[in-house]
Amino acid sequence: METKDTYEKGLKITGAPSLDELHASPCYQLPPKERRALAAVIECIEGIPCNPCETSCPVGAITVGDEITNLPVVDFEKCTGCGICVAACPGLAIYLKKYEFKENLSYIAFPFEYLPLPPEGATVQMVDRYGEYVCDGTVLRVVKIKRMDRTTVVHVSYPNDYYERVVNMKRLPAN
Amino acid sequence: MEEREVVVIGAGPAGLSAALEAARAGAHVLLVDENSKPGGQLFKQIHKFFGSHEHRAGVRGIDIGTQLLEEAERLDIEVWLDAEACGIFNTTDVWIVRNKEKSVTVRAKRIILATGAVENSVNFPGWSLPGVMGAGAAQTMINLHRVLPGQKILMVGSGNVGIIVSYQLLQAGADVKAVVEAAPRLGGYGVHTAKVRRAGVPFYTSHTVLEARGTDHVESATIVQLDDKWKPIPGTEKELDVDTICIAAGLTPLVELAFAAGCEPLYSPLLGGMVPWHDRSMATSIPTIYLAGDISGVEEASTAMEEGRMAGLSAAYSLGYVDRETYAVGFDAAEKRMLALRSGMFGQKRRDAKAAIVGHSRG
Ligand SMILES: Cc1cc2nc3c(=O)[nH]c(=O)nc-3n(C[C@H](O)[C@H](O)[C@H](O)COP(=O)(O)OP(=O)(O)OC[C@H]3O[C@@H](n4cnc5c(N)ncnc54)[C@H](O)[C@@H]3O)c2cc1C
Ligand code: SF4
Ligand code: SF4
Repeated sequence: METKDTYEKGLKITGAPSLDELHASPCYQLPPKERRALAAVIECIEGIPCNPCETSCPVGAITVGDEITNLPVVDFEKCTGCGICVAACPGLAIYLKKYEFKENLSYIAFPFEYLPLPPEGATVQMVDRYGEYVCDGTVLRVVKIKRMDRTTVVHVSYPNDYYERVVNMKRLPAN
Repeated sequence: MEEREVVVIGAGPAGLSAALEAARAGAHVLLVDENSKPGGQLFKQIHKFFGSHEHRAGVRGIDIGTQLLEEAERLDIEVWLDAEACGIFNTTDVWIVRNKEKSVTVRAKRIILATGAVENSVNFPGWSLPGVMGAGAAQTMINLHRVLPGQKILMVGSGNVGIIVSYQLLQAGADVKAVVEAAPRLGGYGVHTAKVRRAGVPFYTSHTVLEARGTDHVESATIVQLDDKWKPIPGTEKELDVDTICIAAGLTPLVELAFAAGCEPLYSPLLGGMVPWHDRSMATSIPTIYLAGDISGVEEASTAMEEGRMAGLSAAYSLGYVDRETYAVGFDAAEKRMLALRSGMFGQKRRDAKAAIVGHSRG
């Protein structure tokens, strides 16, 4: 079983960025709890040559800059939480979050490229960055539109307690 | 003997881009590929590509492939499929076997080699059992032939190929039991490893596969931890319940045609081993022969396309099809896009290795 120690080893050992690594990166910003709208959260901390997040955002809220290996940074002042960048990012490294969108429940909208898709209203198992089960979530919307080019974005509510830890959901068994 | 101005060998992203560029400039191009479908590795790449807008980032490889083919059709490029180039003689004559039965020699003013690369294998007891295969082979099976090679996968190698194929095996419905990596750190992009990890796949760094067991197919695999001298540490063996072992241990440029033709070789371990020397314009030591893509050093599809454009344009220019200025503008733009791809902590080493090839004085 994984221990806390394993988690802390970080991206190049476990495959997933640790919270320490994320907190040390200018790219990662968790939307403050008082923020009212959804906001994009990016976990892309290595400076890869890439920028569709920047070019896809309709309001210019994400900046990579001229040097395409710069880290992407979101400007929460500008971000409307529209979710276009979530499906545009080839690294599947962006999701939207909001703390307490309803009593005791947070909101996440994450990219999901597995079948089957969950139906709206379904209870799904939310996972952390290591694929470990964290808590149950309730599917609010399943967005699949043409411009997202076969990347589905799943919107889920889940308990506030796991606001930062949850990043995605478990794959569903084939039916 | 048949004659063509430019013969491009290999219709992957590099060859297609080279053919398009040369044809756009006005040259008469023949594109040959040994497969029955063009596209090389591109049609297996069902994921969205990295890069910037000019590199068609965010577009899936398979859709980039379709766009390139449509353009080739519009430009009326002559394509021979099921056509294997078997040799190059006198720096201009390409010997091609069509449909495994007809031998044809085509005299070309310029030849562009875009033959790609082959997967490296790893030897261990049991490696010849059915169920042990290249990661690229598994990717061909799931994404082109829609056949799942197995249910329970062990991936050996954590470079981008190993990680992307792991992700696609998950998408295809398989269970990836583990990814092992002999080096102490994972190789591929963190955003790729992160999406595989959050799907619950464990990564084992400083580990390798020791043995595959089974009677007529893989029934299990033993992995082992390696010490800092990359020697197995006794007592750390772990048996995994898998039916498929995918090897993603790097690629080696497919250089036989170039070397048989007499192109000067150069050793570039970072780019996959022996590669034909080439200059900035992508010309080899034989002025009629150009290179593009993985044959000139293993990189990625986006860089292969830029190199293809550079080689195609250079070949057309050398035939007098474009004037100096047009050439300089087009070439510099492609080169600039290329350098953007070869930047950052992942690209810089490739950029240096490429510069070392171009900077290497010949003879
Ligand atoms: C499993 C795998 C996954 C990858 N994933 C990615 C990715 O996600 N993103 C990315 O950017 N890159 C990826 N790459 C790398 C990328 O596919 C290659 O860098 C790129 O395809 C190289 O292009 P190319 O045109 O040089 O070679 P190829 O695409 O390999 O094309 C070469 C073509 O030449 C043909 N050929 C070879 N010899 C002859 C001959 N003698 N006669 C006739 N035809 C011949 C071959 O059959 C083939 O069709 C991946 C590679 C592999 C193996
Ligand atoms: S959610 Fe919309 S507004 Fe916010 S960064 Fe992404 S694309 Fe821009
Ligand atoms: S598009 Fe995604 S992978 Fe590319 S730089 Fe932006 S966040 Fe990173």
